[in-house]
Amino acid sequence: MIENDQLIFEMSRPGRIGSSLPPSDVETTNLSNKLLKHLIREVPAELPEVSELQLVRHYTALSNKNHGIDNGFYPLGSCTMKYNPKINEDVARFEGFSRIHPYQPVETVQGALKLLYELQQDLAEITGMDAVTLQPSAGAQGEWTGLMMVKAYLEHNGEKRTKVLVPDSAHGTNPASATVAGFNTVTIKSNENGLVDLEDLKLHVDGDTAALMLTNPNTLGLFEKDIVEIAKIVHEAGGLLYYDGANANAILGKTTPGAMGFDIVHLNLHKTFTTPHGGGGPGAGPVGVKKKLIPYLPIPRIEEYEGNYLLNSNHPLSIGRVKGYYGNFGILVRAYTYIRTMGPEGLQQVSESAVLHANYLRKKLEPYFDSPYTQICKHEFVLSGSRQKNLGVRTLDMAKRLLDFGYHPPTIYFPLNVEECLMIEPTETESKETLDAFADTMIQISKEVEENPSIVLDAPYSTVIGRLDEVKAARQPILRYTKVEVNKKDNETVLL
Amino acid sequence: MTSTYRYLPDTEQDKQEMLEFLEVSSVGALFSDIPKEIRLHNHLNIPESIPEPLLYKKMHLLASQNKNANHYSIFLGAGTYDHYIPSVVNHMISRSEFYTAYTPYQPEISQGELQAIFEFQTMVCELTGMDVANSSMYDSFTAFAEAASLAIASSKRTKVLTSKAVHPESRAILHTVAQGQGYRVEEVELTVDYTDLEKLKKQIDEDTAAVMVQYPNFFGSIEDLTEIKKIADKKGALLIVSANPLALALLEAPGKLGADIVVGDMQPFGIPMSFGGPHCGYFAVQKNLMRKVPGRIVGQTTDEKGKRGFVLTLQAREQHIRREKASSNICSNQALNALASAICMTALGKHGVRQMAQLNVDKTNYMVTKLQGKGFKIVNQAPFFNEFVVELPVSVKSVNAELLHSSIIGGFDLGSDYDQYKRHMLIAVTEQRTKEEIDQFICALEAICND
Repeated sequence: MIENDQLIFEMSRPGRIGSSLPPSDVETTNLSNKLLKHLIREVPAELPEVSELQLVRHYTALSNKNHGIDNGFYPLGSCTMKYNPKINEDVARFEGFSRIHPYQPVETVQGALKLLYELQQDLAEITGMDAVTLQPSAGAQGEWTGLMMVKAYLEHNGEKRTKVLVPDSAHGTNPASATVAGFNTVTIKSNENGLVDLEDLKLHVDGDTAALMLTNPNTLGLFEKDIVEIAKIVHEAGGLLYYDGANANAILGKTTPGAMGFDIVHLNLHKTFTTPHGGGGPGAGPVGVKKKLIPYLPIPRIEEYEGNYLLNSNHPLSIGRVKGYYGNFGILVRAYTYIRTMGPEGLQQVSESAVLHANYLRKKLEPYFDSPYTQICKHEFVLSGSRQKNLGVRTLDMAKRLLDFGYHPPTIYFPLNVEECLMIEPTETESKETLDAFADTMIQISKEVEENPSIVLDAPYSTVIGRLDEVKAARQPILRYTKVEVNKKDNETVLL
Repeated sequence: MTSTYRYLPDTEQDKQEMLEFLEVSSVGALFSDIPKEIRLHNHLNIPESIPEPLLYKKMHLLASQNKNANHYSIFLGAGTYDHYIPSVVNHMISRSEFYTAYTPYQPEISQGELQAIFEFQTMVCELTGMDVANSSMYDSFTAFAEAASLAIASSKRTKVLTSKAVHPESRAILHTVAQGQGYRVEEVELTVDYTDLEKLKKQIDEDTAAVMVQYPNFFGSIEDLTEIKKIADKKGALLIVSANPLALALLEAPGKLGADIVVGDMQPFGIPMSFGGPHCGYFAVQKNLMRKVPGRIVGQTTDEKGKRGFVLTLQAREQHIRREKASSNICSNQALNALASAICMTALGKHGVRQMAQLNVDKTNYMVTKLQGKGFKIVNQAPFFNEFVVELPVSVKSVNAELLHSSIIGGFDLGSDYDQYKRHMLIAVTEQRTKEEIDQFICALEAICND
């Protein structure tokens, strides 16, 4: 079907419409009589003109060209692509949650505020923190919010520190967030075991250190077992400890960032707490803090007073607002529903199964791929494709080959400190059969690399499109559709 | 043995088999790398697990404690609006191939998402009159602050000027962001309901990176962007416009009036109010700023056989490549809501968006004329789109409390953000409000104010 590959604009025909609006029940007002002439739009925006069924066919066809968790295994390391429960979707769409306005009088939204307040309490307990803000819309915004609080706390105590330490295995958002918060980033090396190099840390920690940002377990899936010592080194120098909660799926009910010595934590609700990734968002990145940082939390804060819930902006030391209204409420509703579904023992089993699955899958794959770190892993692990690279096949090629078997490939080429890295996170919601089948496929691909590498080099074969020219996309950017019409008279193509 | 949690498939036998394969005695052994002194010894102190049928009821009860727009006539706007969402929108975004996917890192199995975003980018460019749009931002407020940061970074200047007629939350977040990055934000006072251009001329200087306004502004009034552009140009400052995309169906595109960056929120198109989020910021620029845009951008290219396809592109701007040198720290965005708005704009189509915008204008003007007839004072001096300001004899808070008895959610209390506008209400009238509802609102308002 040719139609499947058309852009919605190419399907458009003048006069079609995909919705119906009521006729006006009041007199019409002509803006042209009121507005300055140059502020009146003469040329309409070229939006598509299609019928409702054409719209449905178009977006259904697009969805068929997309792989989600519901389609198949999605072991994208550090993204925690676990099952997105359906009841969460239903609840977030209840009219009492979706059809309420953020500026309604607080007495008309007590249910929503109660939910937010309880979620704050739950997340504080889960992270071992004393208070939580739900405002940040994603992990990166949480990081920046946390670092802004570090800055405000230090300045209030008469200190102006400029350095934020970040391990070389950290997510790219860590150094980027440090920059946006006005800090300089200093990179700390990992040692041969994949953990923070304590000697390198000591070398860089000084009176100018504002904070160390750490993911634990780290992006290699390894628990920073020296965390107590690390916390001591940073705290003794007067710095704070920031916990990147991207990998919190490994520790629920087992330990908390608070117990480890962290002062600030963000969680990615779209990872650990099952809210859908939505093709890139929306997510939510709540931030928890220890007591000494509470005065700096963003406003408004959601508080409880004698059974009533309220929004309080009267916190003079606050860093201010970081996000419109109260955060991505619809996402917070989903996370709350999930936490109520699982309860304390359920959440603990989540982490236990996530860790069991990762260790099981790693051991199955270790004979066939280089495994740079051999200690037990947490919820994810890394392999290196260097053995296969020596045979002329890169990790990218193996990732593309996986597409032919219906799998979303693991995260590749990250962390940066592992050559030809494959970062695999199976999650707790996959069955043992799925893990076994995936392992068999990976083993088959490793054999193809040895026996017939061109099969892997030319993959994928089964996708709707082949490998795309990314260099061309960046060098000659086409970032929007532009109508092209064939001028029938002289058969020239004219860009309109 | 049955497993207790429906999201966890491991049976006891599965666990045993995996543990045996790992040659460990228990799952606990896999956590032995966590030092003893930091392990939890008790269960988390959170409520116990609730079975689905009971949880469904519980959540319904919680939701029913909120007064919602299905049962109340809502006249609140101020950045979030009650517009009709065509049924197709929810049906299409509920396809789990879209919502259970992550960022399209593997283009061969993400062409659906990538093409949908490419189409979204095109729609944003069409409405704003700009060359390039990204794939979305968190919301209009954070997009506004990102625009200021872009202007600072590309000009090496140290200050931005924002009109006080910009949404208070946009300005609040801008102040927080500027505090982090170390640039200055100065606010420009109002002439009643729009930016005071004489004051703007006095405040702008060679160190001003950008002049920032809203279109229509927070009071609903339509600023004359052409005049503002002239003032910005004289000092070489960029013009940043935060625009309601629905209004752009009828108003000249900011890109045609000299805007360098246009941001805003797609919430009016297909995105529920949802207590303020998730909504969907958009970010559009002229071509010369293309390589400085924050966030993800989708571009068109071809595969080995020359077939058209789409990929994430210009990634050299982004945090996962540039780390501390990235143009922004944004990673996750609001992709699913961008999809919802693209579907809604498709459903409405070229004529539908104009028709919807016109209904907003008609109903707003109907209400204004009728209020004036009853002796209420309307503050707006400039023409307005779907919002306006009315002065009341008593506090807005008390009026709103009374209106609830008539199943009406009244407008925004401007006094909470503007000292000069105590007892002033910002009212939004969308196409959702019928003549009858508007008449009832006026009737109730009259009764309360004459009491």
